[in-house]
Amino acid sequence: MKYLIKKIGTLIITLLIISLLSFLAFQVIPGDAALSKLGTGATGEKREELRREMGLDRPVLERYGSWLLDFIRGDMGESYTYSIPVSEMIKEKLPVTLAIAVMAFICMLAVSIPLGLLAGKYSGRLPDKILMVLDQLVMSVPGFFMGILITCLFGLVLHWFTPGGYVSYQEGWGPFLGYLIFPALSIALPKCAMGIKLLRSSVIGELGQDYVRTAYSRGNSQRQVLFGHVLKNSLLPVVTFWALAVADIVASSVILEQVFTIPGLGTLLVQSISNRDHPVVQAVIVLVAGLVVVINFFVDVLYGIIDPRVEVH
Amino acid sequence: MEKGFYRYNMVVGGILAGVMTVFMLVGLFYTPYDPETMDPFLKFAHASLAHPFGCDQFGRDIFSRVLQGSGTTFLVAVGTLAIGAGTGTFLGLATGYFGGWPDEAIMRFNDLIVAFPSILLALISISLLGPGKYNVILALGIVFIPSFARIVRSEVIVHKDMDYVKSARLMGVGHMRILFVHILPNIKGTLFSALAIGFNNAVLSEAGMSYLGIGVQPPDASIGRMMSEGQAYIFTAPWSILFPGVVMILMVLGFGLLSDGCGDRDA
Repeated sequence: MKYLIKKIGTLIITLLIISLLSFLAFQVIPGDAALSKLGTGATGEKREELRREMGLDRPVLERYGSWLLDFIRGDMGESYTYSIPVSEMIKEKLPVTLAIAVMAFICMLAVSIPLGLLAGKYSGRLPDKILMVLDQLVMSVPGFFMGILITCLFGLVLHWFTPGGYVSYQEGWGPFLGYLIFPALSIALPKCAMGIKLLRSSVIGELGQDYVRTAYSRGNSQRQVLFGHVLKNSLLPVVTFWALAVADIVASSVILEQVFTIPGLGTLLVQSISNRDHPVVQAVIVLVAGLVVVINFFVDVLYGIIDPRVEVH
Repeated sequence: MEKGFYRYNMVVGGILAGVMTVFMLVGLFYTPYDPETMDPFLKFAHASLAHPFGCDQFGRDIFSRVLQGSGTTFLVAVGTLAIGAGTGTFLGLATGYFGGWPDEAIMRFNDLIVAFPSILLALISISLLGPGKYNVILALGIVFIPSFARIVRSEVIVHKDMDYVKSARLMGVGHMRILFVHILPNIKGTLFSALAIGFNNAVLSEAGMSYLGIGVQPPDASIGRMMSEGQAYIFTAPWSILFPGVVMILMVLGFGLLSDGCGDRDA
């Protein structure tokens, strides 16, 4: 319980610091919101007036406070470029990016657990060697190039999907998810490579333990030992890696959305950076960072449940 | 068996990384053709002896562009490491050795940053600084500081209580000398491994950012940018995207294997 309270405390402080830093970061850039809205040709007088109207003449911390309260209430300001509420732009795109991230995470687990076990079980033998070479190769492929290769293979050669033929979830979840499998796979593969490598060395370490010998001596079959005893113990160190991979998966989604021309949060972020549309950039970044921190929090708590030894530290 | 596997990694990685480094260094100073010259007669020319990687949609020689792009990549990666690894190592040495509240404060801040996806941090910096080669170096460099600080710190904490450091201290050796002359050479294995991984991460991040169009800007050639331009012609001219991709993979693969070998890991 004490562990949980401490974790919740850290979570709240982390969220506050992230929001403060992202707010401050956009205060130090030369020129303010009034200037971006009016353009450089505006007179000083007009600028002052708009500044007062937008509340830019108040102290920074006061503005941070009201910005944060608005943000929590769902009011994220207005886009400079499109003059529509940022929250509306985000609401539409958030499910897309979330769907990609969740699918990528599932892909990662589904591929790396069996292959990691396989490589660990046959360590030093042919299946392991082949896997390790492939592993190293996959780890060296930049995420977007993996996306391009997958488009090439599944889209242009095998015709399993139409590149660029994204279907919005409003038009149907089936085709929507069907299209997103491919970007999710491109995100997951490099992460799988790392996960397989970690799980493999963890399995090798566990196989040498006394409890494995005991389990065999009690007449368990190899399958029972591997899945019943070894897998559970060797997953522990890998879970930490998977938790950290969540952040990377969300970040890779930013790039892979461009490769597969999917209108998600990533595409919105990149467009807004090019347009210097700071309210949108700020909102997306705070949201994504907050999401990552919250997910990490849940993993930490889950980890404490799977492995009660963690609480002692 | 395992040891042999890692030695093999080291040799292959070393050779590959060496060849790619020479390739990148050459790219900084020399290209067989001018990477910007367009020739309408060579539009989508296939690979040939004169143009080993073929030509792109404007008839520019892809080999020259890849060569120059690798040079830019090298510059960005080395610049990033100079800022990130330099500052990170210094911070890690100081906080690990002296401990106390600055250590605690910096490490808590580190935890915060590490939870943040690094490409996202780099994107924030770019949206504040604006795109371009030098801003990418600055943004990535700052983003890389925490991971180096963390790695060096944990090594220093192990080493500072070892007998050789204690005896040096007994002999009256100053703190600075202990840190840089005694401890630093002893953690060089870990440091080299981290540098090779850092190099790869810098290469991949730069490529990703340039692919998005907010990294290195023209007229500087960039492999990431070439690939985003080539993507539209993937069916008509697959070589305009495959060759840059393969060069990039070889670069990352070489340094990845090298880092594996340096790490001296036992499983």
